[in-house]
Amino acid sequence: MGKAFGAVAGVGAVGSLVAMKKSWDPLPSVKAAGFTTLDMSIYKEGEIITEKWRGKPIFVLKKSAAMIAKQTESQKARDVVVGDAHFMLAIGLCTHLGCIPAYVPAEESFLCACHGGMFNWAGEVTKVPPPRGFDIPPFKIDGTKLILGEAGPEYQKMKDSGVTL
Amino acid sequence: MAHFTKATSVKDWLNQRLAVETVERVMASEYWIPKNINFLWAMGMVLAITFALLLVSGIFLLMYYQPDVKDAFYSVNYTIMRDVDFGWLWRHVHGVAASVVFLIIYIHMFTGIYYGSYKKGREMIWVSGMLLFVTFSAEAFSGYMLPWGQMSYWAGMVITNIFSLGGLHLDGLVEWIRGDYVPAQAFLTRFFMLHVLLLPLAIMGLIGLHFAALRIPHVNNQDGEEIDFDAESKKYLAGDTAGSKVIRFANDFMSKDMMVVGFFLIFFFYLVFFQYGFALDPVNFDPADGLKTPAHIYPEWYFLWSYEILRPFSVNIGLIAFGFAQVIFVLLPWLDRSPNAVPASRRGLFSIWFWALLIDMIVLTAMGKLPPEGIFSTIGLVAAIAFILLWVALPFITKNEKKA
Repeated sequence: MGKAFGAVAGVGAVGSLVAMKKSWDPLPSVKAAGFTTLDMSIYKEGEIITEKWRGKPIFVLKKSAAMIAKQTESQKARDVVVGDAHFMLAIGLCTHLGCIPAYVPAEESFLCACHGGMFNWAGEVTKVPPPRGFDIPPFKIDGTKLILGEAGPEYQKMKDSGVTL
Repeated sequence: MAHFTKATSVKDWLNQRLAVETVERVMASEYWIPKNINFLWAMGMVLAITFALLLVSGIFLLMYYQPDVKDAFYSVNYTIMRDVDFGWLWRHVHGVAASVVFLIIYIHMFTGIYYGSYKKGREMIWVSGMLLFVTFSAEAFSGYMLPWGQMSYWAGMVITNIFSLGGLHLDGLVEWIRGDYVPAQAFLTRFFMLHVLLLPLAIMGLIGLHFAALRIPHVNNQDGEEIDFDAESKKYLAGDTAGSKVIRFANDFMSKDMMVVGFFLIFFFYLVFFQYGFALDPVNFDPADGLKTPAHIYPEWYFLWSYEILRPFSVNIGLIAFGFAQVIFVLLPWLDRSPNAVPASRRGLFSIWFWALLIDMIVLTAMGKLPPEGIFSTIGLVAAIAFILLWVALPFITKNEKKA
């Protein structure tokens, strides 16, 4: 009797926990709004532009010839190449706890005011606590356009090689 | 069925049905409190009164607050502050009480640590008290989201990101908690629910447990003396009130308690009317903007010490240190290996440990408020390591303590 009661109550408990978990999930409308298209032909060299994707800031920097020339191997791996232009593309949130680091032109670095983390112009981490460079949003190259939220082959390669998470 | 007789008075009528006289005796007039205590023993009542102030002011705020990302900021800063008659009063009472309640909680906690009031059957008082600290922290955080200003938004962003647990990258869990990729409407409404219903319910339940845990071991006293409450209360009831070591909870002890509460309330309303600014961060008077982080983010003062333990380390070590700081206080009754339940001043090395911990937490609090640069970073790092080392050392220094 006790076991039967326990089994019925257990099924009910698990069922309600599933319902509670699902009710807290992001709504379909929230998920559906998760795509942004950027026209990459309008950016000027050496200027940090902040776009918005899924409510998060996206840093876009069209690299100058001087920047491309001095890039290290690891920095090259983070390059997003659209046509013949090279871009630094990154989710503009500190990989520590998600504050937006501000760009300091004098140091060519992003400085996070929350916990003191730093990133260089190519998006790599240069000072802890952030554990890694900026994350790169899923992107797909479509002519001169970039679709954020969709994973194209270039993005997949970065993900597989561990350049981004 | 019980036998009822014609009531001779309203009290008799109630007594037959609810045993009000027995309840009064058990809960108040024959609930015994030691005489050998000081004003620090009134902090529990001060906390109960502050909680009542939060509840009443919260009820009035709730009638005009709009949990909507478009309207929340204006419902607080315009409707409540300007349109509603005395709306400013409820907001200032609520904000100041939310800050001051933590000051009293810390005094209450450190009083318990100083006098060894977590030992010899009082472990559950300590554990339920620490659970109350955790729920009060969650209540303070969820309430801080509601005005939906810049600090609300960015504190929400940073604190929910902690649940990705650093190297484990549980981003799905963070999005589940938020109900969105970033704090947005779903986030605001669910934290509103937590703040006005679920967490207050949990707090009220835990307050009940906290009081119940006190019932059998009774309140500690200034010397940690083991009092025979049966014998002392018999002595008191037999008429030897001067010779007995105990007094009645009500009205005797309550009258002393309320004296301290009276002084506290004068201080409290002085803050509400003249110094409320400390509880209302100026940065939070800018509406939330997901594309702009304020130049310098810091939590309210009562979270600064644990924030500073998180900050100086790389992400994983910082999270481990932070997690350590959150749970270690709960384990105090078992980390303190000494059977001595006497004031810290009579416990040799423990006395140094107590003051070192208190000073270290004040240093952490001060450093947490300052920007994470230069010498402040270094002092913060040293203080954070000192905090961990103090707790690691506790079992060793108390194990060899002499019998007091």
